[in-house]
Amino acid sequence: MDTTIKNSNLKSEEYFINMGPQHPATHGVLRLLLTIDGEIIKKVEPDLGYIHRSIEKMCERDSYQQIVHLTDRMDYLSSHINNEAVCLTVENALQLEIPDRVKVIRTIIGELTRIASHCLWWGVMGMDVGALTTYFYGFRDREMINDIFEETCGARLTMNYNIPGGLMFDIHPNFVKRTKEFIAHFKTKLPEYDTLLTGNVIFQKRMKGVGILTKEDAISFGASGPVGRGSGYSCDVRKYHTYSAYDKVTFNEALKTDGDSFARYQVRIQEMWESMSIIEQLIDNIPEGDVQVATNAVIKLPKGEFYQKVETARGELGVYINSTGTKNPYRVKFRSPGFSNLSLLNHIAVGGKIGDLVASMATLDLVIPDIDR
Amino acid sequence: MNISLNITTTITEFLSGFMSEGAANIGTMVVIALIYLAIFAVAGLYLVLLERKVAAWFQLRLGPNRVGPWGLLQTMADALKLVSKELTGTVKADKFLYNLAPYFVIVSSLMALAVFPFTKEFQAFDINIGLFFLIAISSIGVIGILLGGWASNNKFALIGAMRSGVQTISYELSVGLSLITMVLLTGTLQLSEIIEVQKNGWLIVQGHIPAIIAFMIYMIAGTAETNRAPFDMVEAESELGAGFHTEYSGMKFAYFFLAEFINMFIIAAVATTVFFGGWLSPFGITESIPWLGVFWFIGKTFMLVFLMMWFRWTFPRLRVDQLLTLEWKYLLPLNLLNIILMALIVWLNLTIQF
Amino acid sequence: MSYFGDIVKGIKTLLTGMSVTGKYFITSRKGAITQQYPDNRETLKMFERFRGEVVMPHDENNEHRCTGCQKCEIACPNGTIEIIWDRQIDPESGKKKKMIDQHIYHLGMCTMCGLCIEACPTDAIVWAQNFENSVYDRSSLTKVLNQPGSKLKAGVEE
Repeated sequence: MDTTIKNSNLKSEEYFINMGPQHPATHGVLRLLLTIDGEIIKKVEPDLGYIHRSIEKMCERDSYQQIVHLTDRMDYLSSHINNEAVCLTVENALQLEIPDRVKVIRTIIGELTRIASHCLWWGVMGMDVGALTTYFYGFRDREMINDIFEETCGARLTMNYNIPGGLMFDIHPNFVKRTKEFIAHFKTKLPEYDTLLTGNVIFQKRMKGVGILTKEDAISFGASGPVGRGSGYSCDVRKYHTYSAYDKVTFNEALKTDGDSFARYQVRIQEMWESMSIIEQLIDNIPEGDVQVATNAVIKLPKGEFYQKVETARGELGVYINSTGTKNPYRVKFRSPGFSNLSLLNHIAVGGKIGDLVASMATLDLVIPDIDR
Repeated sequence: MNISLNITTTITEFLSGFMSEGAANIGTMVVIALIYLAIFAVAGLYLVLLERKVAAWFQLRLGPNRVGPWGLLQTMADALKLVSKELTGTVKADKFLYNLAPYFVIVSSLMALAVFPFTKEFQAFDINIGLFFLIAISSIGVIGILLGGWASNNKFALIGAMRSGVQTISYELSVGLSLITMVLLTGTLQLSEIIEVQKNGWLIVQGHIPAIIAFMIYMIAGTAETNRAPFDMVEAESELGAGFHTEYSGMKFAYFFLAEFINMFIIAAVATTVFFGGWLSPFGITESIPWLGVFWFIGKTFMLVFLMMWFRWTFPRLRVDQLLTLEWKYLLPLNLLNIILMALIVWLNLTIQF
Repeated sequence: MSYFGDIVKGIKTLLTGMSVTGKYFITSRKGAITQQYPDNRETLKMFERFRGEVVMPHDENNEHRCTGCQKCEIACPNGTIEIIWDRQIDPESGKKKKMIDQHIYHLGMCTMCGLCIEACPTDAIVWAQNFENSVYDRSSLTKVLNQPGSKLKAGVEE
């Protein structure tokens, strides 16, 4: 893409523009400092900190049970998976044997979370490229998942269903029935997503060849999740560092090699199909058993460092806990997928138009509280 | 051709009964202007309501349903709210141009309404260059948008205004050419005569293939002219916030907003007049009752308005360079080819006449 | 001829997109997914596990199950629960015993994590399904959960 007017007497001046923190396309309080030449992006500088709540520091104050509910507020669209990450870290540190029932339930709810998150992403991504109706179709399907969560966990978004050692309580008797209903419903609606948006010629023109990220760049920027897989970087934590019940199921890692916005889009649509297949494999045979292992009321981790990574809807979430053997962690660090994915925004947006920036930012699927923490 | 008596002559005759001829002429103008203003302020508001209802039905929602029965008074309430709102502005704005811009937009769109024959009788201003007048007037609106974007001293508004300039100038061409294609068939620019010609079949039937192509091009270009999605580059919400009217509030904003909807009505009304026989009923079923023409006219127009709403709530937005690609690489060459095709058809007398 | 082919293909994809929204438009009469919230207040029922706010159920004798053990206070990550207690003479046994004076719950600070209810050994506090928690004054978000004059139900402590 030739971005400069060469050999021209026309003089143009670069100018600076603030996109955000209140801007419809930044999905929250992200502030982008854009340097623009006409319509062409010269530089994108993300400015963070507008929703920083020092969650990592608060974790040092709290006990291990209390840390879990703070992670709901990081990436609120995959809150269950965040909870699971912390719980897995603590359980691994304590070397607890987790019942199979817990593992399977965690996996099912985790995959439902992923579908819900991708539904929302699909809706707002359509809005970002100007198709306003997608938002409501995405939310219609997401509401069904939220209802399942509400019935089982009591909350729609910040679920806090996991505790170190298992689940807070057993699933609701309706859970299996409702999940099956949802899968049956969503199997008819997901093809509709394709007919409405994926095939649309305008959408393809907006997406194809825009925001190209090569595999090498994806690795060096630390991209993970659908962003990395859209560039052909096979990085699914569920496959390579399997946890919970992912070793019991067969699923394909959605992988595209184009590296443009459309590839990232396709990866996410593909992931929704894969998630449905995972749920279908597990939903009929949830093993019987306890949903909790007894832990001490005050959990004390052994002295040392513990790390666990999981695959959230956005990519690889790492939880690092440094314990000195007391009831509070000495240091907690979250490696959030959104932060690394945002860091490559400048790389993929420079040289494109303002519309391209918005489109490629939408395919990065940024959740700002996840980036700021 | 003498188009019998229309409302202008009726009112002039009525007024000249008790005042001098000059005063009666001026009085006529004032009365007609007031009638049109009132009708289209209300019509604009109800177009907004229709848009919101249609959008809601596309999106599995209910739409406005609180103010009045089925929400019928919702936009009235909105207008009242906008009237009562403070007119804010930026400190470094070019005050004169900033205040002037909304009037450019609203006046140009109201002026265009004058030439439409709603029925045989109901036409304020029947000039012999009607179609040309419409094209000319509708391109004045963009000046208002450019002024608004420039004068409000906001970079988002400026980008929006510049996009609008680029877009309107390009698509003006397609609108004009696709209408000229139809003029080849009618042989006149006068709107009332264009409708007379269609008594032998609507132009989209008379001109068959090239007319359908011209209609499609006209609808695409017309949607772009009104700056509506998928061509809403000017106010691309996810890119520019609110675009050129970012810094406008209250009634000034309402003028921009109303003008958008009246422009939409105009584009649809032109299409109705030129392609679908204006106030003529299909197969002349209500020919004996001329005043029913207004319902046919409005009905056809609303069908086309609905089509534009359907576009808006389905399609993603184009990027600014793709917008120009579409115009210069696709619509314009097709349009020129289409004119040749239409000329051949008229020359060889291949039109379908009833 | 890919130029014209592209145009035809493009128009076709646009029409398929319109068919999806058009289908919903036609069936819109019964398809609305939104709720008319204040109107459906009577019929709107939350799930039984819904976390609305923490309440302390009292029986008909104005007795609750809270022993004042303060486990909920410790479990709470936000300092939402404060228990004011003292040692009073139990009228039945005549011994000095830990009794709650006030179980204070700051709804404004609560994140609905459910740790207090999990921690409670006597099921003294439970979730209420009330979701209309907005008030005009911040101070009314601070609630005293035990009713005035209430006392501990007999037999809970054993």
